[in-house]
Amino acid sequence: MKKFWKLLLPTLCLTLALTGCHGQKAGKAFEMPENFDTSKEIEITFWAKNDTNVTQTRIYEKAIADFQALYPNVKINLRLYTDYGRIYNDVITNIATNTTPNVCITYPDHIATYITGQNTVVPLDALFADAKYGLGGTELKFDGPTQDEIIPKFLAECVIDEKHYAMPYMRSTEACYINKTFVEKLGYEVPDVLTWDYIWEVADAAAAMDEEGNYLLNGQKVMIPFIYKSTDNMMIQMLRQRGAGYSTPDGGIEIFNDTTKELLYTVADHVETGAFSTFKISSYPANFLNAGQCVFAIDSTAGATWMGSDAPLSDIAEDKIVQFETVVRPIPQFTPEQPVMISQGPSVCIFDKADPQEVLASWLFAQFLLTDEVQIAYAQTEGYVPVTGKARETERYQNYLAAAGTDKELHYDVKMEATKLLLENTENTFVTPVFNGSASLRDAAGQMIENTTKAIRRKQAVDEAFMEKLYTDVEALYRLDQLGEHGVTAGKQELGPLPDASIALLCTLTTIWVLMIIYVIKKALISKKNEL
Amino acid sequence: MKKLVALMAVLALSVSMIGCGAEAVESSVADSSVAVESSEVVESSEAVVDAPAFEEAKSEGVMTYAEYVAAPVDSEVVIETYVQAKQSWWENKGTFYTQDAEGAYFLYEMACTEEEYNQLVPGTKIKVTGYKAEWSGEVEIIDATFEILDDNTYVAEPKDITASLQADDLIKYQNIFAAFKGMVIEPSINADGEEVPFLYKWDGSGQDGDDLYFNASINEQPFNFCVESYLTGAGTDVYEAVKALEIGQTVDMEGFMYWYEGPNAHITAVSVVE
Repeated sequence: MKKFWKLLLPTLCLTLALTGCHGQKAGKAFEMPENFDTSKEIEITFWAKNDTNVTQTRIYEKAIADFQALYPNVKINLRLYTDYGRIYNDVITNIATNTTPNVCITYPDHIATYITGQNTVVPLDALFADAKYGLGGTELKFDGPTQDEIIPKFLAECVIDEKHYAMPYMRSTEACYINKTFVEKLGYEVPDVLTWDYIWEVADAAAAMDEEGNYLLNGQKVMIPFIYKSTDNMMIQMLRQRGAGYSTPDGGIEIFNDTTKELLYTVADHVETGAFSTFKISSYPANFLNAGQCVFAIDSTAGATWMGSDAPLSDIAEDKIVQFETVVRPIPQFTPEQPVMISQGPSVCIFDKADPQEVLASWLFAQFLLTDEVQIAYAQTEGYVPVTGKARETERYQNYLAAAGTDKELHYDVKMEATKLLLENTENTFVTPVFNGSASLRDAAGQMIENTTKAIRRKQAVDEAFMEKLYTDVEALYRLDQLGEHGVTAGKQELGPLPDASIALLCTLTTIWVLMIIYVIKKALISKKNEL
Repeated sequence: MKKLVALMAVLALSVSMIGCGAEAVESSVADSSVAVESSEVVESSEAVVDAPAFEEAKSEGVMTYAEYVAAPVDSEVVIETYVQAKQSWWENKGTFYTQDAEGAYFLYEMACTEEEYNQLVPGTKIKVTGYKAEWSGEVEIIDATFEILDDNTYVAEPKDITASLQADDLIKYQNIFAAFKGMVIEPSINADGEEVPFLYKWDGSGQDGDDLYFNASINEQPFNFCVESYLTGAGTDVYEAVKALEIGQTVDMEGFMYWYEGPNAHITAVSVVE
């Protein structure tokens, strides 16, 4: 009998160890403490993104200092990134080791992947509503926005699976920065709303060269008439404007359609004429624009301080910069009377931790980033807009807008035009559905333009066979074929049903346990009977 | 029978544990490559190292360095070269500084597994097939594949190109492992308008662990240098040495003659000589 128990005990231990083993071990979900313990020393990390802009770095540092002055028991460690992709990669790596940051600048697309682990990113709805520490709460030591004061359209972008997993921090869109001097030299005028036909026509005209390979427009050996920074945005917006499929709200992949193919053929045609290239293939749009080597440069409004002859920021030598008039327009449209453009920009999320006080400190700091002081200061660094009506309505922000063009730094006219573009078009912006895999789909959208552009430059045929292979390759590269019919809706299908083999094993185990219990009971009864 | 039943239970439980671990969180960022625009391609087709370190015949179908230089941007190139340094690996792509007896090649995000990346130690000879590209003046090979060749190893000695820094044809040394001697550390200006010996990121917007940028001059003409954090990050000798530099010091340096809108060598060693 002793030998039997020696075998049975490890079996029992294994059984207990298996409890909850299917899927990641879950910690207890965050519950708001009754009070914030200001006597407890708390250290949190904040992973932030800036646009390689020292003023933005300073604003983060000041926000931290100001917050720490209000909450002296909280110490915030800042880690800076200049690339959302790097933040995403590092968060993914750190989820596995349970070393995520406390507060993180991010995109909802990325959060959708983060929350495939349990209790990683804290859902914020209950925190928003908390009377003491929620938005506009009574116990806050700062004047933060109420939920109603956050621009509803931007706040709605942070909803995944019917929960708010983030708050907007800044918003931008894309703009077309135009060398108006060149456009007029070519015999065209710049319309208020660009169309795709217009931009391709002017770009083709700008690609004309003389017999010695010099471009007629600028007399140089280099000219990219039309360059696009973010080709994923380019494809996404074109599809949206055309009313074509990209993805369904619950993650169905629709991008591999005939409209996509048609758009890619158009891109190919204009790569062939020398009219078009991309950031990934050539370089930063601002470098070409400012060197008089580009007519249309599409980049984020958050890159506006790099655009134009008088741009405050520049990567190229001063002697390469040429003088021209810069104008700013929304991205080209297929239906100009109904302009459509993407909404982008950083959001902020908080990660769950074992100590609720640590999470509460994170939540307080996340809210602090939405105070007027931080919002206005950061928005002024680039063509961003504040995400709260509260900040937008302040006298300080209104004065800032009114002073557009009065200097070449804070009120640099190109940046101010980019800012106004978004303020005037907020209701014309959109975001794509967020689901586990949506970040990959976004990458895939851009990759198709990049690959098509490269193919033409490498004198490869772009035909039906190319398109078929492109679709297959991109689908496999970004694992879109593994998302299932409807992707993986974040937070719902993270584990899926048990496999058949597991069910069979569990049935076997149950049977064995029943047999063992029967055996033990029977043995006990026999022993008792014998004793009697 | 008792033992058998218990053993069966243990076995069944053990087997059921297979595959029962936490589901991996998807990591799906796929980066893309970089390339072209022929503004300042290397025009000299001569070998850029003083004297070939050894005589070496290229294999069938493999370009000489001169043929590589002459190849237009966007064309397919096939070269044989030796790994000199590794910059980074991510998502099955690695970036390498390589050089052969005649010249240097920068391999940007070449397809390789992490295991292969670890095999590609300095000196390893590889055959590379990819596309010639240019990004902000940096000529490189992208979308490349490779195979390891076993016959030779070669680690380049740094070529002193100090005297060529002011020359019009400096670009012919692009990507080679170079030495810069007797350079004087010049001030960089931070966001507060102060003179400092180096900046975290080009404008001082970074922090410890980010790329370091600093200026050093020869004959009073300053040039900008970089400690690329993916190549030699915080904690490496060169990273810490640059953080300790003072304006006015004279230094000897080694590094790869990288290009970004002009010369921007990635420094791998620095020593104060004065």
